[in-house]
Amino acid sequence: MWTQLEPLLDRVQKPARYIGGEGGAQVPEHAPEKVAWLLTYPDTYEVGLPNQGLQILYEIVNERDDAVAERSYAPWTDMEAELRRAGLPLFSVDTHRPASTFDIIAFNLSAELTYTNLLNCVDLAGSPVRTADRELDDLFVIVGGHCTYNPEPIADFVDAVVLGDGEEVIGEITDVFTEWKTGGREGGRASVLRHLAGVEGVYVPSLYEPVYDGKALVETRPLFADVPARIEKRTIADLGDWPYPKTPLVPITEVVHDRLNVEVFRGCTRGCRFCQAGMITRPVRERPAEQVRTMIADGIARTGYDEVALTSLSTADFSGITNVIADTMNDPMCSDVSISLPSLRVDAFGVDIAAELQRGRRTGLTFAPEAGTWRMRQVINKLIREEDLYGAIDSAFSQGWRRSKLYFLTGLPTETDVDTAGIFELARNCVKVGKKHTSGATVTVSVGGFVPKPFTPFQWFGQNTMEEMRRKIGVCLEENRKSKGVQFKWHDPEATLIEGLMSRGDRRVGPVIEEVWRNGGTFQEWSEHLDLQRWLDACAAHDVDLEWYVYRHRTEDEVFPWDHLSAGLHKDFLWQEWRDALDELGLEDCRWTPCYDCGACTGYGIEHVVASATPPAGGSQGTGQDLSVGGEIPVALLNRSSTVVG
Amino acid sequence: MIIRLRFSKNGKIRFIGHRDVARVFERAMRAANLPVAYSEGFSPRPKLAFGLALAVGYESDNEYLDVVLSEPVELADVCARLSATLPAGLDLIDVGHLDRRGTSLMEAVTSCEWVIDVEHEDPNALRASVDALLAADRVIITRERKGKPVEDNIRPDLLSLKVLMNTENATNRIVAELGTEGRSLRPAEMLTALSTALTVTRVRRTHQWISHGEDRIEPHEAAVSRAAYTGACA
Repeated sequence: MWTQLEPLLDRVQKPARYIGGEGGAQVPEHAPEKVAWLLTYPDTYEVGLPNQGLQILYEIVNERDDAVAERSYAPWTDMEAELRRAGLPLFSVDTHRPASTFDIIAFNLSAELTYTNLLNCVDLAGSPVRTADRELDDLFVIVGGHCTYNPEPIADFVDAVVLGDGEEVIGEITDVFTEWKTGGREGGRASVLRHLAGVEGVYVPSLYEPVYDGKALVETRPLFADVPARIEKRTIADLGDWPYPKTPLVPITEVVHDRLNVEVFRGCTRGCRFCQAGMITRPVRERPAEQVRTMIADGIARTGYDEVALTSLSTADFSGITNVIADTMNDPMCSDVSISLPSLRVDAFGVDIAAELQRGRRTGLTFAPEAGTWRMRQVINKLIREEDLYGAIDSAFSQGWRRSKLYFLTGLPTETDVDTAGIFELARNCVKVGKKHTSGATVTVSVGGFVPKPFTPFQWFGQNTMEEMRRKIGVCLEENRKSKGVQFKWHDPEATLIEGLMSRGDRRVGPVIEEVWRNGGTFQEWSEHLDLQRWLDACAAHDVDLEWYVYRHRTEDEVFPWDHLSAGLHKDFLWQEWRDALDELGLEDCRWTPCYDCGACTGYGIEHVVASATPPAGGSQGTGQDLSVGGEIPVALLNRSSTVVG
Repeated sequence: MIIRLRFSKNGKIRFIGHRDVARVFERAMRAANLPVAYSEGFSPRPKLAFGLALAVGYESDNEYLDVVLSEPVELADVCARLSATLPAGLDLIDVGHLDRRGTSLMEAVTSCEWVIDVEHEDPNALRASVDALLAADRVIITRERKGKPVEDNIRPDLLSLKVLMNTENATNRIVAELGTEGRSLRPAEMLTALSTALTVTRVRRTHQWISHGEDRIEPHEAAVSRAAYTGACA
């Protein structure tokens, strides 16, 4: 449909979003019997193209003889209007085919605020947004990604949900579709869904029903005996078996993270209690260092990029990270390549890494202390000391950096204004450390509102109210006035509230999402498009008690909407972690200490894959920091009126 | 060693902007392993000098880019290697060797020839409005300069205007040579001066010219030696 799209592109912003043609893009050969996947990112092209998950699946599917994969991204509002006016559907950017010519539209869900975009894309693709209304020739809507650990708010809109790593399971899903298509689509949609429910890691929401007692959820139960009562996530045991993407996409227009990305490990056991990614991606699986080197060298040679990002959670924890960086810097083929480490723990960042990094072009340096005081960091189990942070800043600025970015959360359990103000004390001290090396030292403080997430120890915690978040930002603004050399940025508390609703909502939240979408609420993660009133009106219209879902503290006997799903973690482990958090007790990384039986390894019969037997030097984990000492005053969370509503 | 690349921009890739083209060339040259020279200083940049920017959506038969290489390379080799790493739609035509660093492309080029296809127009009305433009002593249009509207006389930059009519499919073609000295006259600006409203379907830059008095050459003719892309070595 390129010839129909072409005239529209003369009238929209950034038309290069819609043309495809990236380095590494494929032109798959479609055939009626082949299973056709349309891999879609429900946000703009610039945000979606770099998504590594979709790039990996794109290659894996296209390597098969019986399947093809193309890509699509949410058209921006101007393009959507043009498409609807011209009566044209969502399309793939690879060969500009209408979405309806595919069998499956599969979304990566990395952010809850994209849910309305998901509905919009399905609608633009020409399929009904509700699964119950879909017929034989309509698309199957499948979702994966971190948000799927609570898919209940979108349960009525998606045919199947994939939990965990996609590398293996996408093949098994393709097998189900191949069999169905070659068998003349016998049994209709229901037959496919029933078969998919039998694939490990796949959840088919329409085969389950929630049971409520008033507002409370009693259980989510399967409707048929052959449908599993509990869906376990998928985990690939060895990242070394999956050296993807092999031919990373190189865009021909500007996108975010426009660089070569090499994933060095998956999973994290630092055990930060707020961090969903660290909980649901366990255990740690390192890529063999030799494979990392090859992927960097090949990737640089093939793409022409001059920057490589080593991606993972907490990249400096990778065994032998210093060697990998040094080897890359010493490789003549990578002579003027710069390396960035997007996720850095300060306690693993020393002058050796800083010195190696600065040999290339200096990229931005971001650390995430997350909280302003040691007490608060014990609560959230982000066990980095002030000295660690100052040491990292000192290392960086001594090697020529002039600015650094620090990420923090506000609205954490037990947080007081001392903790909030502590953020700026840390920042001021960082500026002071930086000034030893350069008079122009600056630090950017970025503060996000904390949203409790499923499968974390904080899943029981009642999120701070929007008013409280605003008040805390006011505290920050006040402190910032006293902080020279510190720039302050913060996240919109309205967006935090809506994210909270979708993070822990149940199926009754679905109609709210649908209504907001029907009223034009797309691109909700873009602050200029988020209209809180639209959400409040939709909640009122569908009798959804926003405050009950978002602000309410849960008790131990709470049945969660995600209790029939499993990330491998034992609920009692998470509960114990929650109690320990309130007691301000830290917990060491299990990579280098005995197992705490969280369930992620033992339950699936897999293990950490970590090359180094010892933790990175210089950090809290290796210094024998006494973690057993809690705060002096026991913290009774539920008495803390400032965080409780009603 | 300074080389001048000549390339075309056609098809889907016409929708990427000037900065995108620059980034694509930087990466393509790195992937082709060409020894591009870098500037000195805190953040070294590859020494690439582009010609006049081409607006998003326009195609071109003749775009130019000067590159400084840190060591000599066979021109045919540059052609072959770079052609293999450039994306579809940005196609290398030839590579020339400049014996010295002369005036930059941006300053040297004095005019461009454009082919503008317009739809469903009354051919006679279109011709009449073009004739009226050429007959005028002054042609005033309003355009922005530093965010403020200013009135400019563009008549000196209207070097040539012709209308070619195609009565069969109601497509008409304007061939225009527009001056680029000082502020370049853009095709869209020229069209606003016509008395008839037009629907433009396609704009293509066909030539860039460097005039010296009565003589004029195209930028690739300034090279002392050249190698054309043959397709055989890709």
